[in-house]
Amino acid sequence: MVKTLSPNVRDRRLLWTLSLSAATAAGLLLLILIFLAKEAWPVLSTVGVTSFVMDSSWHPLEGTFGLTPMLAASVAMSALAILIAAPLGVALALFCRFYAMGPVARLFRWAVVLLAGIPSVVLGLWGLTTLVPLINDLRAPGTSLLAGSVVLALMILPTIALTTEAALTSVSQSYWTGASALGLSREAIILAVALPTARNSIAAGVLLASARALGETMAVLMVSGNVVQLPSSLFDPVRTLTANIALEMAYATGTHRASLFVSGLALTLLVLALAAAARRSGGQVVHA
Amino acid sequence: MPDAVLYPGSARAGSTPTFFWRNLALQSFVWLASLLIIGVFLWLLGDILWRGASRVDWEFLISVPKSAGRSGGIAPIIVSTVLILVVAIAVAFPLGLATAALLSEYARQGGAKVRGVGLSLDVLAGVPSIVFGLFGNAFFCVWMGLGFSILSGGLTLACMILPIVIRTAESGLRMVPDEWRLGAAALGVSRSTTIVRILIPAAAPALVAGLMLGIGRAMAETAALIFTSGYVDRMPRSVFDSGRAISVHIYDLTMNVAGGDPNAYGSALVLIALLIVINSAALWLANRALDRKPSRS
Amino acid sequence: MIREAALGLSFATLTLLAVTAFAAEEPSTAAPLSGQLTITGASTIAPLASEIGKRLEETNPDLRIDVQTGGSARGVADVRAGLAAIGLVSRNLKDDETDLTAFTIARDGVGIILNTDNPVSVLTDEQIVDIYLGKIANWKDVGGKDAPITVVNKAEGRSTLDLFTNYFKLKNSDIKASVVIGDNQQGIKTVAGNHNAIGYVSIGTAEFESEQGTPIKLLPLKGVAASVENVRNGTFSLARPLNLVVKAAPEGTVKSFIDFAQSKDVRDLVKEQFFVPLQ
Repeated sequence: MVKTLSPNVRDRRLLWTLSLSAATAAGLLLLILIFLAKEAWPVLSTVGVTSFVMDSSWHPLEGTFGLTPMLAASVAMSALAILIAAPLGVALALFCRFYAMGPVARLFRWAVVLLAGIPSVVLGLWGLTTLVPLINDLRAPGTSLLAGSVVLALMILPTIALTTEAALTSVSQSYWTGASALGLSREAIILAVALPTARNSIAAGVLLASARALGETMAVLMVSGNVVQLPSSLFDPVRTLTANIALEMAYATGTHRASLFVSGLALTLLVLALAAAARRSGGQVVHA
Repeated sequence: MPDAVLYPGSARAGSTPTFFWRNLALQSFVWLASLLIIGVFLWLLGDILWRGASRVDWEFLISVPKSAGRSGGIAPIIVSTVLILVVAIAVAFPLGLATAALLSEYARQGGAKVRGVGLSLDVLAGVPSIVFGLFGNAFFCVWMGLGFSILSGGLTLACMILPIVIRTAESGLRMVPDEWRLGAAALGVSRSTTIVRILIPAAAPALVAGLMLGIGRAMAETAALIFTSGYVDRMPRSVFDSGRAISVHIYDLTMNVAGGDPNAYGSALVLIALLIVINSAALWLANRALDRKPSRS
Repeated sequence: MIREAALGLSFATLTLLAVTAFAAEEPSTAAPLSGQLTITGASTIAPLASEIGKRLEETNPDLRIDVQTGGSARGVADVRAGLAAIGLVSRNLKDDETDLTAFTIARDGVGIILNTDNPVSVLTDEQIVDIYLGKIANWKDVGGKDAPITVVNKAEGRSTLDLFTNYFKLKNSDIKASVVIGDNQQGIKTVAGNHNAIGYVSIGTAEFESEQGTPIKLLPLKGVAASVENVRNGTFSLARPLNLVVKAAPEGTVKSFIDFAQSKDVRDLVKEQFFVPLQ
């Protein structure tokens, strides 16, 4: 439709370049998927998908390939992290947008950006040396689903806070003035106008954060105990799919290595499902 | 009940005394949550400062690591990290900007093309960094024959930050008012000139913000780099050399080297400081771009 | 106009740059006499190999030794595939690895560690086995406090795990672990942060850490104290060699590196990484 309107040669060349870039960007995902499938194929074709779903334990060197406990652990840990981080993140965004004075809001925003930049290794180290002993005092061994969730929550909090604030900012100013003119309190405006209007964008931001949580590796590996089991309580040590790859990849060969690629594939498909769900819900992340 | 009219579906809200407690609850939650987060943040930062500050001085920044990083400095690590970042940005920024321009300026909203590319980007944004590491190792290091090198690491990171760069650039471009596009068209300015001379400068703050987010993620990355840019802690001669990134260095010092913790905290402090410097520089650049942007007068 | 041309041009340059780069780089990795030596393998040995490499580079300015970390399995795989000239393997070669030759550069003992808060100071081999199998789950059964035991185990594929399970005749799938760890320091940090944990780590690093005030202690095994000294004189039996492995008979730079790594000149480096130098 555009081409007919734009006979300019340079325009056509530019459009061509842009299309090429977009194709590259989109093709990247396909490339990664194909590549993962290729590396995972040797074990998928011989052992079969059912083993990965049905086997009760993960001992690839002894021929059992159960991924279900790790899949459950990944999902449970991310869900719990979201449960902690979402209310806090939204509250922080409300604070910066509606409560704090200019410089204070700027200071908090700056802190959030900085928090986003703290390497996961450092958060993991903090978790291992500070948080885990604290939880251990409650219930041994300390390295647990809970420890992983708290560290993950810290890690995704900035994403939620920043996207929520951007979403709140994009709520039209006229709504705000209109509501104020009606004599509504700040809290009433937040609950009745700002949050409902920004709801979809906030949800999209939370989904983006859950994808990050599912994919986090190093910090989780350091604090969650890495025992392959279905968690039955917050204090159980668990192993996530990502930690599984990081722990064993460098040490794996043959079938073992291929089965780790199955872990990676499973994880990517999980994120794909999440992204598709986000699209259905119609939310669009508003970026900072 | 004025806001019931304003927003009929919502819970009843208002400023009458009936809602005093609800308002107070929300207010306290917002305050408590913010203070809690800042408290934890200060705790973390204080921890790093307290343990790292004694190690960081000029000498630490300009000397090479000794005894597996326990003593000595991190000069080659900083150089490698910066080189990896430069490669990643040099690839991801133009590619991301071009894709964003296509998505926001040419493609039809809600069309199959936009949806397809969009879904692909959302998934890419969520692909775990360790999977990028596996991919980068097999694709760039082995298949392309780049080996363990700064180039491999940078290209892998470029793939990783691409979705962030594209998404922020896209929303930045979309926020430019349509009057500007129409105005330019009315003046007979070609579409490409409009994009390059008007829209991109106008969207510069968003572009820079996206880049900043991308850099933040890239700098903190460990899992994707250990398999691609490698472990060598020597000063790199070129981007074809293997070079250890700072987060890989921190990971190795804390998990693999006995007595490495003090220097690990020192390195973490340097990493955070670098991040602040880059963020400030990016903000400054964004403001400069803003000055150049056509005014509404 | 210029800017958009530049935009287009930058893509072209990037692509071109990339393509030429790939073409140019490929042969140099394969040439053995270019003065570049790639070594990959066990994360335990990687820091030591890096340091040895740096010292050799000091006297040979044209030599470049790149050490990449991974695991013993990766060292073996990379040497077989020709991706690395030398592999780092922190265990004896297995029966299916006879195509490779190993050169030992140091030894490393593996010792059982507890938190210093734990009053237990000695465990028999049988007790250790029962603890790892979950048959003993409380410290009071072995003379300690009434507290559940936190069993720290290594992740599958790690050489230390192989050594440990072989010594105690355990099957990894039977071990009831409460925490599974990756690298050595994670084990030390986990036990240091948990009063009721038991784990196994490299003896040299554990000795160093406990001298530095980290709250961990090494347990004797069969009455022999877990110390670097006892690994050196061979009385402590839970120990392993740290090997350099090669595919063909070493020559050229590979041979010089192996000779140098086995020589007296690097003994201080071996000690500095808390390993046991060869006799």
